[in-house]
Amino acid sequence: MTESLQEAPGPYFGDFGGRFVPEALMAALDELTDAYEKARIDPAFTGELARLARDYTGRPSIVTEAPRFGAHAGGARIVLKREDLNHTGSHKINNVLGQALLTKRLGKTRVIAETGAGQHGVASATAAALMGLECVVYMGEEDTRRQALNVARMRLLGATVVPVTSGSRTLKDAINETYRDWVANVDTTNYLFGTAAGPHPFPAMVRDFQRVIGVEARAQMLERGGLPDAVVACVGGGSNAIGIFDAFLDDAGVRLIGCEAGGHGLESGEHAATIAGGARPGVLHGSRSYILQDEDGQTIESTSISAGLDYPGVGPEHAFLASIHRAEYWAVTDAEAMEAFQLLCRTEGILPAIESAHALWGALRLGRELGPDATILVNLSGRGDKDVETAARWFGMLPEGNE
Amino acid sequence: MTALTDRLDQAQAQGRAALIGYLPVGYPDVERSARAMAAMVEAGVDIVEVGLPYSDPVLDGPTIQEAAEAALRSGVRVADVFTAVRAVVSAGAPAVVMSYYNPMLQYGLDRFAADLAAAGGSGVILPDLTPDVAADWLAAAAAHGLESIFLVAPSSTQERLHYTVAHTTGFVYAASLMGVTGERASVGEAAERLVADTRAAGAARVCVGIGVTTGEHARKVAAYADGVIVGSALVRCLLGHEDEQEALAALRAKVAELAEGVRSAR
Ligand SMILES: Cc1ncc(COP(=O)(O)O)c(C=O)c1O
Repeated sequence: MTESLQEAPGPYFGDFGGRFVPEALMAALDELTDAYEKARIDPAFTGELARLARDYTGRPSIVTEAPRFGAHAGGARIVLKREDLNHTGSHKINNVLGQALLTKRLGKTRVIAETGAGQHGVASATAAALMGLECVVYMGEEDTRRQALNVARMRLLGATVVPVTSGSRTLKDAINETYRDWVANVDTTNYLFGTAAGPHPFPAMVRDFQRVIGVEARAQMLERGGLPDAVVACVGGGSNAIGIFDAFLDDAGVRLIGCEAGGHGLESGEHAATIAGGARPGVLHGSRSYILQDEDGQTIESTSISAGLDYPGVGPEHAFLASIHRAEYWAVTDAEAMEAFQLLCRTEGILPAIESAHALWGALRLGRELGPDATILVNLSGRGDKDVETAARWFGMLPEGNE
Repeated sequence: MTALTDRLDQAQAQGRAALIGYLPVGYPDVERSARAMAAMVEAGVDIVEVGLPYSDPVLDGPTIQEAAEAALRSGVRVADVFTAVRAVVSAGAPAVVMSYYNPMLQYGLDRFAADLAAAGGSGVILPDLTPDVAADWLAAAAAHGLESIFLVAPSSTQERLHYTVAHTTGFVYAASLMGVTGERASVGEAAERLVADTRAAGAARVCVGIGVTTGEHARKVAAYADGVIVGSALVRCLLGHEDEQEALAALRAKVAELAEGVRSAR
């Protein structure tokens, strides 16, 4: 029997992962790792997290058959895992509740977070409000413009939002600024990292907190007739994807497909498709993985219509799964994602997050390849309310003078 | 032993701490940054820390970020760091490079070490690398006779102090406070304790950096450390002056102030 790939503990996933951080953060990361190791097997912690998942987030999230959408995917059976129905509108809440509970266990009173699309920031602000923690969210200035609605949501929830004006003014710079805050305030402050990347223990810990998606979905599929032929999810840093993949990792017959943001197309060089775009490995934000970089190791700014996928790195476990060919990674362009976005709106009456629309395109492409006998499970990681303005502009639906 | 440790020990023999000045290569361009480093040596800096600009400098505050971003925009390359190292060495001072890990990794760790040694450099300060994950670098550094300078911080546990000291050569870089580089109104109180603890953990030489801004700060730190490291306050001299002669005059004046502080400490 081969060894299970599930719940890999880190710090390394094959050659990827690790912990490449300033010494000033080592004590905090050791402390966090230690607290998490204890919490994950402590019924008081896991019980409280399960209770919050049920009574606050609204878990288990349902699955929805999408036959009218499937008709455009070669007639394949498409099943949506509805993380968009979670409280706050995306999968991000699963992770944040776990990390905020851990913050309480550490005796810390302040949380900081980076955010791109604003979904992780909103989830962090929400958990902080719920648990009485002070919350500061760093967001690239460019993203505060793209996602103005989420900035207002965070402020309504009592969080301080700090627009980041250094570097490219997007998610990667927001992460840098959050690290700088953490180094200065580590005594009182815990960093709620938003995706399955960064230094150990974050990739494994965030995966564990998101793992519930796949555990539920696998049981739901078995109840409905059997395992799917493929599971498709979008990949920014990779938390929703690894969250739904993990429970299927040992099901050799289930294809796992991660959809990265192809932006203006791989050939244009303007994209965020770290793995599909053939990036080299390197070290960014605390772990070794594939990163978009120039010959000198300087990070290259990524491009995507989706703020949540607009990140030049990718979680180390995805780099590993790609390297052993257990998962495939595809690039989905802005235009393809928006086509899938509109199609889901019109065929199923579900307005997806633009991030999730990348996975929907993956399902359309795969369904057309496999035909009507195929069953494809798609992680609908979030809802599109935050994206209404971006989408309306894309489709030319804004009133005149507003474009 | 390298030119770096020789110089530190020489200052020690004179009964004072060494003054270590940081500037990033490539700001405002490679030649001018090299001339500024040489000017610092003439004005009284004992050792120059040559910064390699990086796109994601998590341990740097706004001043160094601004200069590094401008250097990257004007096209600075990894190999330019060796040009600056040569300029420092021919001005008569030891040079150490301060670099985040990824640019070194992509250049090739062994190639980086070989080229740095060939340029006359003494070693590398590694702000985002700890000995835990530095085996490849340590092998390359040892093969080319370079020092590997790791950091300790006020948050470092006793266990980590011992571990870091055991893997560090040249000197241990003690961060004066929990925070990023940048000018401060005072030097963190934790610094003196950290230096004592780092020595107790076995370090032969401990230099203090982050936040040292004035001659008075330098004097205070020089009373207990083997070296005083100044970055942002020097970079500020260049950021404030478009004209090269004005920038160099401001830089020389700042170095003189700091050198006076270091010499009046004990
Ligand atoms: C709805 C949604 N899906 C996906 C992502 C991408 O993150 P990850 O790859 O960690 O799931 C985001 C990030 O903001 C998001 O908001």
